[in-house]
Amino acid sequence: MTPQPVTPQPVSGATLHPRLQEIVDDFRSVPDKDRLQLLLEFSRDLPALPERYAGHRDQMEPVPECQTPLFLAVEVGPDEAVRLFFDAPQEAPTTRGFAAILHAGLDGLGAEEVLATPAEFSGQLGLADLVSPLRLRGMAAMLARIKRQVREKR
Amino acid sequence: MALPYDSAPKFAEYAHPEMIVSTEWVAAHLDDPGLAVAESDEDVLLYETGHIPGAVKLDWHTELNDPVTRDYVDGPGFARLMSEKGIGRDTTLVLYGDKNNWWAAYALWVCSLFGHPDLRLMDGGRAKWIAEGRPLSTDAAKRPQTGYPVVDRDDRQLRAFKDQVLAHLGQPLIDVRSPGEYSGELLHMPDYPQEGALRGGHIPGAKSVPWARAAGADATFKTRAELEAIYQDEAGLTPEDDVVVYCRIGERSSHTWFVLHHLLGYPRVRNYDGSWTEWGNSVRVPITRGTSP
Repeated sequence: MTPQPVTPQPVSGATLHPRLQEIVDDFRSVPDKDRLQLLLEFSRDLPALPERYAGHRDQMEPVPECQTPLFLAVEVGPDEAVRLFFDAPQEAPTTRGFAAILHAGLDGLGAEEVLATPAEFSGQLGLADLVSPLRLRGMAAMLARIKRQVREKR
Repeated sequence: MALPYDSAPKFAEYAHPEMIVSTEWVAAHLDDPGLAVAESDEDVLLYETGHIPGAVKLDWHTELNDPVTRDYVDGPGFARLMSEKGIGRDTTLVLYGDKNNWWAAYALWVCSLFGHPDLRLMDGGRAKWIAEGRPLSTDAAKRPQTGYPVVDRDDRQLRAFKDQVLAHLGQPLIDVRSPGEYSGELLHMPDYPQEGALRGGHIPGAKSVPWARAAGADATFKTRAELEAIYQDEAGLTPEDDVVVYCRIGERSSHTWFVLHHLLGYPRVRNYDGSWTEWGNSVRVPITRGTSP
């Protein structure tokens, strides 16, 4: 039996979409103590739900890996543009901040671009020591669920 | 100098009323010398959105844990942390936080390992303070630095390790996680990220009493009679029992530890902080699946 040639897998995390890269750069460019403040500012900018989702959590997917229940909805348009919707309570600014980063970085991108986002993206924000890796897992879980929904819906 | 206790009738019923104060009491004593108030939340940013004026932030994960070993800070680390926060060994430290004081109880438990003499929990926590329309501040509080002494952490009375839990099998254990985690079904979600344990279920013999049952809708602790109905009448515990409580990483079970040890006065209650993220990943430890102990 001839051994199958080992095809080098493309390293999906090699480059970030410029919009995500810009967010990463913003976080990396400020000192530690201001990084949490930046995350707080993101949390304030999380867009409110449009009418078709407001009060309709049954039409959204829960993300239990987040410490506070977060719900997300993913739409993929005929042009493959991905729209993201998040619902998290005001009392969960960290979770809202993570959602807002993903919204600012991914909403409106094409399906391929969203799927190319490396799973370890959240680790590049320099938040692990400030927020704790356990809390950051919530953001990785959001991204994983977004990508799964994009695959299902495109 | 220690501050007076809160003489509210509800608290007087508890075994250790000196361990708990009301929002009214905190509001009345906020400017007293010798008092420090610390907020400990699940959400690492919540303090920044507004907190009790003058309260310092005490973060469970980034400050109370050792950054490398899975353990709490040691004596010198705790002394450094308390000194930086402006908390002295003789300071009355009142803790409060989000989620029914879940993380505040955890911080209180960790402070107890160092034997801080005067620890109290603010009943109802952050939610009650806000619901009552009390003032909030977004200014990061800065208290003058203290010289907190280095005190060795004493894990013997309040903390249980895996080997001790193995030796404890057959004696009272309380699993405070949700029913789905207890039965083991929460690890059965195909294509979904895992919860951090390789096996699901509970420690054999552990009874299921979800932690939040000890709190009412306003996040305050239930009365002593209500707590006795849950833990004694339902779960069959008695004050003479040697009890081990656990959850996923020891946070929710700190809340139950506080209830059993301080509100009901059980002298022997230990928190197994390794909890399910240790037990559910350990090789050849016994596990029970399903809804029965």
